[in-house]
Amino acid sequence: MTIRIFIPRDAAAVACGADDIARAIAAAAKKAKLKADIVRNGSRGMLWLEPLMEVEDNGVRYAFGPMTEADASKIVASLAKTPASKIKHALALGPTEQIPFFKKQTRLTFARCGITDPVSLADYKAHGGYKGLERALAIKPIEIVEEVTKSGLRGRGGAGFPTGIKWKTVHDTPMGQQKYIVCNADEGDSGTFADRMIMEGDPYVLVEGMTIAGIAVGATKGYIYLRSEYPHAEIALNEAIRNARAAGLLGPKVAGSAHAFDLEVRMGAGAYVCGEETSLLESLEGKRGLVRAKPPLPAHKGLFGQPTVINNVLSLAAVPYILSEGAKAYYDYGMGRSRGTMPIQLAGNIKHGGLFETAFGISLGELVDDIGGGTHSGRPVKAVQVGGPLGAYFPRSHFDTPFDYEAFAARDGLIGHAGVVVFDDTANMAKQARFAFHFCAAESCGKCTPCRIGAVRGRETMDKIIAGQNTEANLAVVEDLCNTMKFGSLCALGGFTPYPVSSALNHFPEDFGRPAQKLPAAAE
Amino acid sequence: MTAFEPWSEERTSSIVAAHTHLEGPLMPILHAIQEAFGFVPEAAIPVIARDLNLSRAEVHGVVTFYHDFRREPAGRKIIKVCRAEACQSMGCESLVKHAEDRLGIECGGTTADGRVTFETIYCLGLCATAPSAMVDGKIIGRLDTAKLDKILSETGA
Ligand SMILES: Cc1cc2nc3c(=O)[nH]c(=O)nc-3n(C[C@H](O)[C@H](O)[C@H](O)COP(=O)(O)O)c2cc1C
Ligand code: SF4
Ligand code: FES
Ligand code: FES
Repeated sequence: MTIRIFIPRDAAAVACGADDIARAIAAAAKKAKLKADIVRNGSRGMLWLEPLMEVEDNGVRYAFGPMTEADASKIVASLAKTPASKIKHALALGPTEQIPFFKKQTRLTFARCGITDPVSLADYKAHGGYKGLERALAIKPIEIVEEVTKSGLRGRGGAGFPTGIKWKTVHDTPMGQQKYIVCNADEGDSGTFADRMIMEGDPYVLVEGMTIAGIAVGATKGYIYLRSEYPHAEIALNEAIRNARAAGLLGPKVAGSAHAFDLEVRMGAGAYVCGEETSLLESLEGKRGLVRAKPPLPAHKGLFGQPTVINNVLSLAAVPYILSEGAKAYYDYGMGRSRGTMPIQLAGNIKHGGLFETAFGISLGELVDDIGGGTHSGRPVKAVQVGGPLGAYFPRSHFDTPFDYEAFAARDGLIGHAGVVVFDDTANMAKQARFAFHFCAAESCGKCTPCRIGAVRGRETMDKIIAGQNTEANLAVVEDLCNTMKFGSLCALGGFTPYPVSSALNHFPEDFGRPAQKLPAAAE
Repeated sequence: MTAFEPWSEERTSSIVAAHTHLEGPLMPILHAIQEAFGFVPEAAIPVIARDLNLSRAEVHGVVTFYHDFRREPAGRKIIKVCRAEACQSMGCESLVKHAEDRLGIECGGTTADGRVTFETIYCLGLCATAPSAMVDGKIIGRLDTAKLDKILSETGA
């Protein structure tokens, strides 16, 4: 009997040695005369356990991790005599799906990630893949748009704009002209990797989502704009696109229908601002990534001036579920105006870092303390930055904030692309504020003055504050710069840099040479 | 590391020609040029501009806008360390300092002997296994001083 052994091809697993372990597994199996089928799956998302090896036994997968070559060889050798379920080893973790971090999740978008062979179309279909497209082809394009609208899906790239409304705008532009679907796979926010994981671990769900979008709005061509820091995702996507095309699921007659749709992956070149949608379109056109003024909206005049849907990877990857299971099934998860699930990424100085997909509404404290297990260093949590480099730093007193667009906004924060970066008490928040300006200065597209000049001045002024020079006067300069940038910038790079700066200053004044904040008793 | 071809106008033109069927071909062309020559030579710019019917200024503007495109050859080994927030929370700055001390250059430079280019990168999407690095295109997670020393030793630094 052939034993199935899984070792991820996910970049985080590979960065921790998964390729070497895959070779060790193959060598050990050969030596033990064990018939093994080694599957390079996506990651299960429990990244502190990567490289995570799984061995199937009677249909149940048993986890072992984090693997070293020596441990993997030893475990595989013992499989010749002992079934995976009976193996005693310090790194044996029991059935993968019983691990609390995994068990507590609601995986809709990531349902298949880590389970299937990411580039096997047969595997994708065997696990419910392409059911969404089947349904989409059975209804009218406008009904697809309505389904997405009713699901409550909001853009997962950061701004949280309702996806259905965006699609409706493009749907309503006259037919008979070239329209485009553009997938924003620039994922530049520190602390985020959900786009990467789904593209490497289940690329077909994105291909299917984009195909459905194309049919819904009458677009025949799609582009995935992928950041150049993601070479593994590029390989997986191109393999999936080739296979889908060979199976007639992309091309002039999608699944034998009258709809044409095809896809191409395009690489970015290391510019954070190209994640901003209009900068991205400029880049795709072969220009400098200068942000465009809006209007016109990309929905009216997007790529090459044509009507364009531009959505984040996770927005598009949520669509197959919404079509196959129905808008209500998706809408029933979540809270308030934040419907469905969010693949939250726990990162930085955290014990149990990884991808945790769950319905909106979970509190920040539960995420960091219970699911994440606190810091990696074992020291107290000082601050968490949610939403990438433009997101606010929250202190522990904000840990009761539910994961919800409006709840974060009410506390002068944002959930953005749902990256949560944890810092322990060795972090200096004045240095973090300085970095926010530095990053903005390094990545500004240069189109408007508040951002281009303000960020540089902000960094210089923070240097003085850190050196203890004229603290109060310089803090006034910083506060003033924040206001100018917030209200005078064309896009959110300049406009939101004040979030990390002001939140660091307001919540951790002692790091800036101001007296510590007196917390109202109720806030602790 | 990979060996690069010497620059030639002919080769540049053939790279451009291989991409002109694409919509918006300039970015894929620049990536292909850099893959072939290791950087985007100044001399390539007028050739690309001519073949694509663009102005030199336009092509120049694009090359200089993006962090990835090099205007000069890099060192024989390229070490990029992530210095974004998640990696900061796991101590990347002390690793950067360590590498700077050993290489005798500041981050962003190339050693005088051309052995190593040492650069900043912002986020490799490996933020739960931080700190992270990319060495000649190969990604590395859970970077620590021991791993870094091994990489630096391989360069002869
Ligand atoms: C500086 C900046 C960087 C951005 N980076 C990204 C990104 O990497 N990925 C992304 O999907 N959206 C990013 N956005 C948001 C996009 O502009 C846009 O809102 C999004 O692609 C729309 O897709 P959605 O509605 O599906 O979220 C960024 C915005 C700004 C201002
Ligand atoms: S805010 Fe900054 S990045 Fe955005 S358009 Fe202005 S200069 Fe460009
Ligand atoms: S130019 Fe953009 S705000 Fe002045
Ligand atoms: S912040 Fe370093 S890999 Fe994401």
